[in-house]
Amino acid sequence: MQSSHKSSRILQAARPWFIVFSLFMALLLNMLPTRQWPGMPDWVLLTLCFWHVREWRKVSMGWAFTLGLAMDVADGAALGQHALAYVLVAYGATALSRRMLWFPLSLQALHVLPLLLLAQAIQLLIRLMAGADFPGWSQFLSPLVSTLLWGPISLLLLAPQYQPVERDENRPI
Amino acid sequence: MAGLDHAPPPFFKRGPAPLALLSFYVAFSIALFVLDLRFHALDILRQGISVITDPLQRLAQAPVRMLTEGSDYFLTLESVQEKNRRLEAAQLEAAPALTRLAELEAENQRLRQLLGLQPREKTAGQAAHIIYTARDPFTRRVYLDKGLQQNLVPGQPVIDEAGLIGQVTRVFPLSAEVTLITDKDQAVPVQILRTGLRSVTFGLGNGQVELKYVPANADVQVGDLLVTSGLDGIYMPGFPVAKVAHVERDSAYAFARIVATPAAAVESHTVVMVLDPRPAVQPHPDPLPEKPHLGTKASASPQEH
Repeated sequence: MQSSHKSSRILQAARPWFIVFSLFMALLLNMLPTRQWPGMPDWVLLTLCFWHVREWRKVSMGWAFTLGLAMDVADGAALGQHALAYVLVAYGATALSRRMLWFPLSLQALHVLPLLLLAQAIQLLIRLMAGADFPGWSQFLSPLVSTLLWGPISLLLLAPQYQPVERDENRPI
Repeated sequence: MAGLDHAPPPFFKRGPAPLALLSFYVAFSIALFVLDLRFHALDILRQGISVITDPLQRLAQAPVRMLTEGSDYFLTLESVQEKNRRLEAAQLEAAPALTRLAELEAENQRLRQLLGLQPREKTAGQAAHIIYTARDPFTRRVYLDKGLQQNLVPGQPVIDEAGLIGQVTRVFPLSAEVTLITDKDQAVPVQILRTGLRSVTFGLGNGQVELKYVPANADVQVGDLLVTSGLDGIYMPGFPVAKVAHVERDSAYAFARIVATPAAAVESHTVVMVLDPRPAVQPHPDPLPEKPHLGTKASASPQEH
């Protein structure tokens, strides 16, 4: 368990089932047809990045790799393309986590931006090396939108941990 | 990095170092990538993973499908009647040709027998729904709701009512992947209906196809219909593929640059027809009976000269 250093508030431990559930929902969100709209975030990558920053002892790199393979098959992309990007982001997020958590959410998002850009660039690069056509700059909108969503997503995924251990009638949250 | 670099106390088991794990996974992904794209050797693995992801995809698509089907349900009676009238009119228009088709086919077969030609292949196939399009921005592919269970095999052509859409490229247990003719890697052998000139179309990736390797002085006009030539043994001859939209002749190049628009609604349809695979054609005709050793005779009997 890592508290949010800024607020000095002691959070509950993350529940493993909630981590699995959030990743599963992200996977479903990624499989919606809306994913083809320009600028739609990669929900799985965003959620993975969040858990790797917060709970890198519970969520190992193997999760990133496995989810990456699942996304490769689901998207009809080349096998290993998402897996490579996700694993790199997982490592980067874990490495940055000690530093990032001292900043407010807006500055955390700035730490995440280069990671997500790197993931997009890596996927683009290896596909271009394999002989694909350049699909347009609009796909770099997706990391930018994901960065904007870092704050809301963090609050949403941390919400279960904000509950107090003992319920108090006078203190609803 | 500070968080990761300090050595863990020996009594906590944390597994391999993060950097070692990272190198392992990166190497593994790159190996998968190369094996998949270069050697196409991982279709079994893909099929295995698709057993898990396929139901998830369908689950995710369910709300979308419910929305579209729900809107269909609330269509007014008037529009359905209008559609029905249109279909009846179309059927009536096609009636003269269709009713004589059986007779014409029989006649064609008799004539072909008289001429000693191979009988024409019959078209048969099964209808399939497109359940979703691949989200990979680098390719143009769609997924059908039929797969290994319905005996689909890679290579089957896919058409809609107006013409060729693409080809089944991968088959999963419950679904199949169709590469559209507008995909960059998808080539279709065609001929121009008006002149019979043979060529090959390649997808451009932007919804159009390009006719390649046509000499700059060839007789190609805007509006020419391209149909499958059937030379590849995969597509049957005569399916409309595309209509020439733009011809650019530059004397600096040996070939004309010809762009064509697909005849079928390649990127916007829901029901398609998967044609049965053509019977395998012998790649080469039977070898000629060997001549009685001309070369060896000449070399073996020099005394004749």
